[in-house]
Amino acid sequence: MNSEQSILDDVVGSEYKYGFTTDIEQELLPPGLNEDVVRFISAKKEEPEWMLEWRLKAFRQWQSMQEPVWPNVSYPKIDFQDIIYWAAPKKKDGPASLDEVDPELLATFEKLGIPLEEQKVLAGVAVDVVLDSVSVKTTFQDKLKELGIIFCPISEALRDHPELVRQYIGSVVPPSDNFYAALNSAVFSDGSFVYIPKGVRCPIELSTYFRINARNTGQFERTLIIADAGSYVSYLEGCTAPQRDENQLHAAVVELVAHERAEIKYSTVQNWFPGDKDGNGGIYNFVTKRGICEGAHSKISWTQVETGSAITWKYPSVVLKGDHSIGEFYSVAVTNNKQQADTGTKMLHVGKHTRSRIVSKGISAGVSQNSYRGLVKVLKVAEGARNFSQCDSLLIGDACGAHTFPYLEIANATATVEHEATTSKIGEDILFYCNQRGIDTESAVALIVNGYAREVLNQLPMEFAVEAQKLLAISLEGSVG
Amino acid sequence: MTPILSIQQLTAGIEEREILKGIDLVVNPGEVHAIMGPNGSGKSTLASVLAGREDYTVTGGSVTFMGKDLLEMAPEERAREGMFLAFQYPIEIPGVSTANFIKTAVGELRKHRGHDPLEPAAFLALMREKMKLVEMDSSFLNRSLNEGFSGGEKKRNEIFQMAMLEPTLAVLDETDSGLDIDALRIVAHGVNALRSPTNATVVITHYQRLLDYIVPDVVHVLWNGRIVRSGDKSLALELEKRGYDWIKNEAAVEA
Repeated sequence: MNSEQSILDDVVGSEYKYGFTTDIEQELLPPGLNEDVVRFISAKKEEPEWMLEWRLKAFRQWQSMQEPVWPNVSYPKIDFQDIIYWAAPKKKDGPASLDEVDPELLATFEKLGIPLEEQKVLAGVAVDVVLDSVSVKTTFQDKLKELGIIFCPISEALRDHPELVRQYIGSVVPPSDNFYAALNSAVFSDGSFVYIPKGVRCPIELSTYFRINARNTGQFERTLIIADAGSYVSYLEGCTAPQRDENQLHAAVVELVAHERAEIKYSTVQNWFPGDKDGNGGIYNFVTKRGICEGAHSKISWTQVETGSAITWKYPSVVLKGDHSIGEFYSVAVTNNKQQADTGTKMLHVGKHTRSRIVSKGISAGVSQNSYRGLVKVLKVAEGARNFSQCDSLLIGDACGAHTFPYLEIANATATVEHEATTSKIGEDILFYCNQRGIDTESAVALIVNGYAREVLNQLPMEFAVEAQKLLAISLEGSVG
Repeated sequence: MTPILSIQQLTAGIEEREILKGIDLVVNPGEVHAIMGPNGSGKSTLASVLAGREDYTVTGGSVTFMGKDLLEMAPEERAREGMFLAFQYPIEIPGVSTANFIKTAVGELRKHRGHDPLEPAAFLALMREKMKLVEMDSSFLNRSLNEGFSGGEKKRNEIFQMAMLEPTLAVLDETDSGLDIDALRIVAHGVNALRSPTNATVVITHYQRLLDYIVPDVVHVLWNGRIVRSGDKSLALELEKRGYDWIKNEAAVEA
């Protein structure tokens, strides 16, 4: 390993050194990862010294870690030295208003159906767009500022609120948590930072659209949301990516902290390029998302609609530490063609009378593989914990697969744990019945899938529910007949 | 008068096996035809071929529906053109409410005919009215289509959908099977209420019983893939009395 690493360092490092020492203004690093790259990223972002040390520590940990092999997915081995760890948009200074944003960029957003302007006005959504690695746009700051809410790129938070970031970053997902979390901690480019002060109810849905834009660039987002005592926030994450040929790694980390009686609702609509019909291209989505219900009576709710990515590996989890805290996970995961998804949740019951609810709806079509993997763990001290899990699978056609891996670890006899599971299939009989009523096959699939996923879609804010509904239909186009 | 349905020398089968061996049938507006026959004579195959089920291959002959070549049309086009099949075994669709299902179906139909969708309130009122026709409680509208419905409720739901879609030609495939006498009466009442001088009904049944309630203009006996005898409603009564064997024997002699 060491000799291999040093050879890699030599080969990649030399090229790379030339890259950054002679031209600190460059916008794209050559592929490869070593301590200098970590230093470069930290320097680029003008981070405090402790942050650099934190990154370097994570990097050293990462070097000693192995890629996880337990997910039910398969893909060619990733060469982490062949990934570009820094790419920034050409504009150096963030634009102050939409007028200053590159018109081509805006045109791309339009094409993707993201009406930035319209959203601002109609939906009351404050949008923090992350394009590749640097946030280029933040809105509604003033309004939020009045309430003491901080909603900004995490790089900005490091500059303006370093004490908050330092207190919380890595407190829910420590760098040593897993291989990809360590990697992210070392090289994260940017992401969102949210702080809701005590007793404040965030009046608008906070939203970030992520894009992966530069060719062959790994994307390492880092999001940190803190809801102080008695506060509430709903956060939306939506993603699409333009079609591309090469596999791309995406390893984000999201950390949520809910203090006493606080509530965080985190919704995701994920639609990254899934690869073509034959499985070429597509995003590798290896994400670590975790929240902690730190205080009593706090609540964290994850809702996800996953239609994209070639491979999804994602388990939004909740640590139920505060007494009477509540964790929820609502998921629709669609796989079509050759997509693979291994997704689910972990609910860790620590506090007394904690409750968790899991509703997972897997939809598999084509020759895809869709796995639910969930852990409900009740510690010995978690008196009176309750869990309800519902895991449903819907199969479209004969060539796809659905798998369920529910794990229960219950160490307290007062716990109540319920698990329900169903598997159904959209077969020819159902489609013919719909056809006979004048409903063509595509519409029939959309009708059935939306009905099936309704319980989860209902959890999304209205405008996103509509978008998600369309997305489900689009991602299953051509899956039958 | 242009017939609603005109079948000529229709042959069809499944995989290599020929089941329909030359069917001729003309159904005119306002008529009710009954197609009777013993099990395996080809009754349900005929219904499936008319509705366009892919498992069956048409090997010869023609079917004209309202002046158009029916066999050229996809199943959903046939439905939109006004052909309705009441299924012998209605399927269940979990997660899709009866109301949402029929709303989608009626929406497709109206779109095909260039009509705007109905206002939600008007549509709801219409659904409630048609539910009454088959004595179904409107709470069924919010339940997943046919899921957990009894056999009788499923069949009534078929007639409810028929009432909503107002087809030109309704083919009822063994709608009486599995029904008790009360449900049979309700279903028949629904079908009779929907009769008009401009539409037509083909009732496929094994038993004469249903025909006490839905009185046919013409009765056909299907045997071994052919219509071997046609007559008025008295033919059904005769079959009831004498069974199918005399038809089979006669057909064997003629062949």
